[in-house]
Amino acid sequence: MLHPFQQPQRRPLETLAEWSIRAVASVSIVVIFLIFLFVFRETLSLFVSTDHGQPVADDVTGQMDDGPEVYNPPQLEDLDVPEVYNPETGGLPETSSTGQQQEQPDERTVWEKLFHDVWQPVGEQPKFGLLPLIIGTAKTTFIAILIGAPLGILAALYTAFFAPRRLRNVIKPAIELLAGFPSVVIGFFCLVTVATFVQETLGVEFRLNALVGGIGLSLAVIPIVYAITEDALSAVPKSLRAASLALGSSEWQTAYRVMLPAAAPGVIAAVILGVGRAFGETMIAIMATGNAPMVSWAAATPARTFAATIGSEMGEVVWGSEHYGVLFLLGTLLFVVSFSLNALTELYVKKRLIKRFQGK
Amino acid sequence: MKHTFTQDLGISKRLLGFVAVATAATAAVAVLGILLGMFGQFLAEGGPSITWDFITDFPRNSNTEGGIFPALAGTTFLVLLMTLMGVPVGTATAIYLTEFARQDSRFARSVRFAVNTLAGVPSIVFGLFGVGFFVQFVGVGIDAATGSVAFGDGSLLWSSATLAVLTLPVVIVSVEEALRAVPRELREASLALGATRWQTITKVVVPNATSGILTGSILAVGRGAGEVAAILFVGVTYSSEVLPSAVTDKFMHLGYHLYVLATQSPDVEATMPLQYATTIVLLALTFLLNFTAIFVRSRLSTR
Repeated sequence: MLHPFQQPQRRPLETLAEWSIRAVASVSIVVIFLIFLFVFRETLSLFVSTDHGQPVADDVTGQMDDGPEVYNPPQLEDLDVPEVYNPETGGLPETSSTGQQQEQPDERTVWEKLFHDVWQPVGEQPKFGLLPLIIGTAKTTFIAILIGAPLGILAALYTAFFAPRRLRNVIKPAIELLAGFPSVVIGFFCLVTVATFVQETLGVEFRLNALVGGIGLSLAVIPIVYAITEDALSAVPKSLRAASLALGSSEWQTAYRVMLPAAAPGVIAAVILGVGRAFGETMIAIMATGNAPMVSWAAATPARTFAATIGSEMGEVVWGSEHYGVLFLLGTLLFVVSFSLNALTELYVKKRLIKRFQGK
Repeated sequence: MKHTFTQDLGISKRLLGFVAVATAATAAVAVLGILLGMFGQFLAEGGPSITWDFITDFPRNSNTEGGIFPALAGTTFLVLLMTLMGVPVGTATAIYLTEFARQDSRFARSVRFAVNTLAGVPSIVFGLFGVGFFVQFVGVGIDAATGSVAFGDGSLLWSSATLAVLTLPVVIVSVEEALRAVPRELREASLALGATRWQTITKVVVPNATSGILTGSILAVGRGAGEVAAILFVGVTYSSEVLPSAVTDKFMHLGYHLYVLATQSPDVEATMPLQYATTIVLLALTFLLNFTAIFVRSRLSTR
């Protein structure tokens, strides 16, 4: 809004500066648009190109060969044999793609390769079955939320209503500190400590599995759920708490039966964003889940998530190949899901929260 | 029935209350315990390996001996370059959101939505964006236009750009907070004295929010220093004999170094002390930055 007093003093240079600020402010919007455009563009090559196996035209600069030497287990001749998983090679990409090209023309369509239950992206007949990845992502995310959401919500309740001041002053910054942990550090901790602990306690067959990965991811989820739940709890009008206490209910009754339900939309938002975080987390998933694509819902078997697949295979992929396109397809799925989860909390949950407290 | 405030709670209700509070307390203490356990283990296992040589030496014998100097240096260059690119954009966006935008305008709401969305995009997707946009589109484009070969591959420059985009929301949120903390009266006084809006912003509002801008930058650096997934294919390398000498060089990175040592090394067990020591350095770096940010922010709020 123009202020009436400043009008006589406006100068062209300042107007220019103000408009450039406006222009720079649009960078965030442009970036979101570009992310979608460029991740989706590479995905599209998967469906429009007819020349699979050969790098797709324009922007191919050859293989990116700076990744670490990759452990290369013997390829199975019969592709239908379930993959042999060696727990010792845990986080390693189990395939190598050094310049392998298809010898025979492959008649299958992209869809036939995607709707399959084997993920074996390299070989004469590459299989890009998404099913093991979907299962792996779903079960690790589920475990992470199952552990992380209650811990985060309860910890927020505790520091908001029950904790002695001193303890609160320790717990709150500690959880904020946890939010600042690089995920590679959490992944490392799971790899060396949590995995051993889980194996010794439960006696599971695979050292690295979906449970270990889920525990690791929950450490990334907890700070998010905690922070947003706490925000939501403190946004509940003080009068509600006062009224509840004045009516004779105890502190815990007020916390669990008045404050928590009142903050429910915020808590739901917290859990949704926690799901988004667990779903998209890469380093913890690569390092702690065992990273083997398996069609198994068991918590104690290795799993491989979408994000971990991109993270472990992108460095060795032949640029512009079908495999490359499939990895970008996974990226598109990650982007679309995280975008939707965020839009859901932004548009739906926040609106409800505002409505509730403004009494509309 | 006679009523006192708490005695009408029967024994079962009191038990329920105890369980309710105890559950919440257990959750909070459990999280605290995990955190302390992590610190304890890292320090116990890696502490003895932290020496001056570890910090200042190059890795030897394919990363199984020696130090982490190039990784430390690479991380530093990376975050500095990232700050140079990201902080001006983030600050300008925050200035727009607090000083120019009407809160109900469609553009302002779109910017806000974009910032929130950006904060929720998985970092691996930023990695794909870095490859697809910065390296393959911008970099290859520059190479094609100028005939050079330096830009069309992953490098320090493109990794920094990717991280600048990734940490943009951190900067924006933090600077916005600082700008909002500048009292309205200051703006009004400035405008009343005849200053233009632009003068008010540059001479009154922004100088009063400097520590906020600083906090935002530091938090962004803390986030960027530990980020691995986003730079996996955008220029990080697992071993380097020399420090990067140009922005188009590849670089080593602390977090990636840890990842490689822990999962891709031929003998993971042998390098265990190095892995723990690298973890400590990485954590120390991020926490140092975070604590500095908290300190700067608390000075801001007391003023």
